[in-house]
Amino acid sequence: MKFRNILALILIFILGFIILQAFNISPEEGQLVINKFGEAEIENRTAQLYINKSVNSNNEKVVFAESNNLESGSANIVTSVIANYRSLDTLGEVTVLFLAATGLAAVLYTNKKKKRNFIVDEASLILKTGVKILFPLLILAGAYIFIHGHLTPGGGFQGGAVIATAFLLKFLADREYKLAEHKLKIVEVLAGVSFVGLGLYALFTEGSFLANFLQTGTVGTLFSAGIIPLIYLSIGLKVGAELTSIISNLIEV
Amino acid sequence: MLISGIAALVFDNLLNSIIAAGFVSLMASALFYFLKAPDVAMTEAAIGAGLTTAIFVITLRKTEGSEKE
Amino acid sequence: MISFLEEWSFFGGSILLILIGLYGVITKRNLIKILIGLSLMDTGVNVLLVSLGYVENGNAPILTSIIKNNSGAFVDPVPQALVLTAIVIGIAILALGLAVTIKIYEKYGTLDISKIRGLKW
Repeated sequence: MKFRNILALILIFILGFIILQAFNISPEEGQLVINKFGEAEIENRTAQLYINKSVNSNNEKVVFAESNNLESGSANIVTSVIANYRSLDTLGEVTVLFLAATGLAAVLYTNKKKKRNFIVDEASLILKTGVKILFPLLILAGAYIFIHGHLTPGGGFQGGAVIATAFLLKFLADREYKLAEHKLKIVEVLAGVSFVGLGLYALFTEGSFLANFLQTGTVGTLFSAGIIPLIYLSIGLKVGAELTSIISNLIEV
Repeated sequence: MLISGIAALVFDNLLNSIIAAGFVSLMASALFYFLKAPDVAMTEAAIGAGLTTAIFVITLRKTEGSEKE
Repeated sequence: MISFLEEWSFFGGSILLILIGLYGVITKRNLIKILIGLSLMDTGVNVLLVSLGYVENGNAPILTSIIKNNSGAFVDPVPQALVLTAIVIGIAILALGLAVTIKIYEKYGTLDISKIRGLKW
């Protein structure tokens, strides 16, 4: 083997040894160290406050289909962490995705005539008729996933990825499919503006950016959890439109 | 999962190594299910195993054939 | 031996996956192989983060009609929220890298980094 490969192997063994030392520190008092596998103490972490829904106030019991007007109100705890308690990180993530999609469109810009030599053979008959049935069903499934994001596992990112997969199928079945790019841009811009607009409206009426200004009903019904379904609606549409535009730009040169 | 990860770097044909990387993502999605995290498993299955393989294959078609190292 | 495997299988496997991806990024010469190694590193880091919050005999962090209140033991939901964001950012980085690869191939005609000027190893 070459000399460079052996040097890389030695470096990786040293790095692995150093990383494994971090799992061997014995705890002194009051310090949080890396626990053994399966023995995480949730009471000492901030996750206990999120599970009890008592960051600002002090709730004792959270019961499904009975508790009314809680702090966060959604039955899915991971959703309430993403879209309510730490929604500023979600805003940063949406910004990164927007920058990546715009940068890709800017890098692949060309003035020459675009010719598509991507797919050489004609698609088979099964694929063509199957896509005609599957395409509206997939969009419906993706919309269901991000509308019910606060009740079942799911949410904006998963629903957006399913919608992008539906458009990828449409590209594979038809060699001459042209996407209406300006409609996609309008949907994406409106979704992004509405996300920031909700935050600014909450800033002016309640005093903090992206606070929860609607009423949270009982835990477990569809119209509960205040502002969270609206946030997930705009995130789902924006992520789906961006992933579709990434795929469309990559296919057409 | 580890064997398929090593195989993704050793294969010569680039199409085979892309499929091996997709297999690693599928195994990671199953691991997320066993760690009792349904949201993360759904996201990794939809994005990691589906869209990543798709955009790798599109780029492979645009650059060379699928031969060479 | 069995208890050692049970204790270290999740942590050790994900750290090994990170190191395999790092070896691929350092050593390989084809640009697409380098990007595959980057994707392997992303997957390894995500598995490591989620496995740090596992509680034995815990439940998934969703309130349903079977698990009615929060007096049982739940799995830690905070690392899962962070990993959800990290997966989406991983695919965004990969897409941008592949666009630059297409442009490099159009200009130089090859994908071998020892032949492209400016990326000499």
